[in-house]
Amino acid sequence: MEKGTNITVFIRRFDPEKDPAPRQQQYTLHVERGMTVLDGLHMIKQTQDPSVGFRFSCRMGVCGSCGMMINGVPGLSCNTQILDVATTALTLAPLPNFNLIRDLVPDLVPMFGVIKGLQPYIQRNDVEEMENPTMEYFQTPHQLEEYLQFSYCIKCGSCMAACPTMATDKEYLGPAPLTQAYRYNTDSRDDAGDARRDLVAASHGIFNCHYAGECSNVCPKGVDPARAIQLMKKDLVLRYFGLGKHKCAHLCKKPDRSTYKPKIEAAPFTIGQ
Amino acid sequence: MDNKQYDNHLGIIGWLGGGRWGVERYLYILHRVTGLGILLFFLIHIFASSMRMYGPETWAAAMAILKNPIFKLGEFFVFVAFAFHALNGIRLILIELGLAVGKAEEPIYPYKSSLNNQRPLMVIVMVVVAILIIAGGYNTFFGSH
Repeated sequence: MEKGTNITVFIRRFDPEKDPAPRQQQYTLHVERGMTVLDGLHMIKQTQDPSVGFRFSCRMGVCGSCGMMINGVPGLSCNTQILDVATTALTLAPLPNFNLIRDLVPDLVPMFGVIKGLQPYIQRNDVEEMENPTMEYFQTPHQLEEYLQFSYCIKCGSCMAACPTMATDKEYLGPAPLTQAYRYNTDSRDDAGDARRDLVAASHGIFNCHYAGECSNVCPKGVDPARAIQLMKKDLVLRYFGLGKHKCAHLCKKPDRSTYKPKIEAAPFTIGQ
Repeated sequence: MDNKQYDNHLGIIGWLGGGRWGVERYLYILHRVTGLGILLFFLIHIFASSMRMYGPETWAAAMAILKNPIFKLGEFFVFVAFAFHALNGIRLILIELGLAVGKAEEPIYPYKSSLNNQRPLMVIVMVVVAILIIAGGYNTFFGSH
């Protein structure tokens, strides 16, 4: 049985009803191997201070709720083990470059609004076909690879907190929304690249990024927003000069299955039989 | 909207401040600082050159002030800023044209990013900057003029 170790945890506290500005509070926490930062916060809340505010949901690095500054670096508290990042002291603070609601809870809603504004969904010129599809859209595995990496974003806001441009320019769109715009721009099934171009290339847009690269360093899902942003700049320049391929995926007729005979017969109770 | 929220934007500290950041972020800071330094030099240079308007005596007096060794050191710093800003600027142009960041790839832990793709370029550029700074320093402090 491992005994673990005691570490000092400094948590940035902010109560909008009482505090004019955030303050720091100190706790002593008994840490054992395998304990995540989120586990530690639960332990503090259960045994020492029930008023500590933090946000979490899935506890497995999928939902993106528990992003926070862990020893000065943005990350998810649920997939960061305490002993990996701290031996004697652990400092927790809310993600910067967002408004602060309470303690470790930043307000991510403006970021979601920006993402929504950049039309992160597939749009096609043939509206009728899009709304009432009659056929499938053809897409090769290579075309899938072009955007797949950027579709893993969980909107945790870590990249926004690490971005030095976000720190000074509140109007800047930010790495997460720009990555989502690129994800749909580069999807071969999408037709709305020109509409998004006017949104992302505007003032406070994509060209405010100067490749500090920190968004890619801190991304807990390996999405690499810095790469998406640079590739999108290239795409925008090519579009401006009327170069590059911007062909939309063609419709692919569904194979006729009426005469298809499977090698293994479907069970008689299978739905659709 | 709740107006009791605290504005947690980092401001100037967010881009100028240090932290546990990668090399590229420090290059980003240096790029901005050297850019502002070159702009400051430009303003001083225009001001000093404008002394010529006020006649040869004023010009000669201004030039006498600029003979001070501290300005020689300043000149060296301007060259350092120029060498870094110019070459790092070329690196950024190449990157921002999507030429050194690689293609999208499946994220497999431990994650690699476009920073890994452009790192050889960054190292080459910084080596050239260092050579230029050494050569420039030698010329400034030990040159024949």
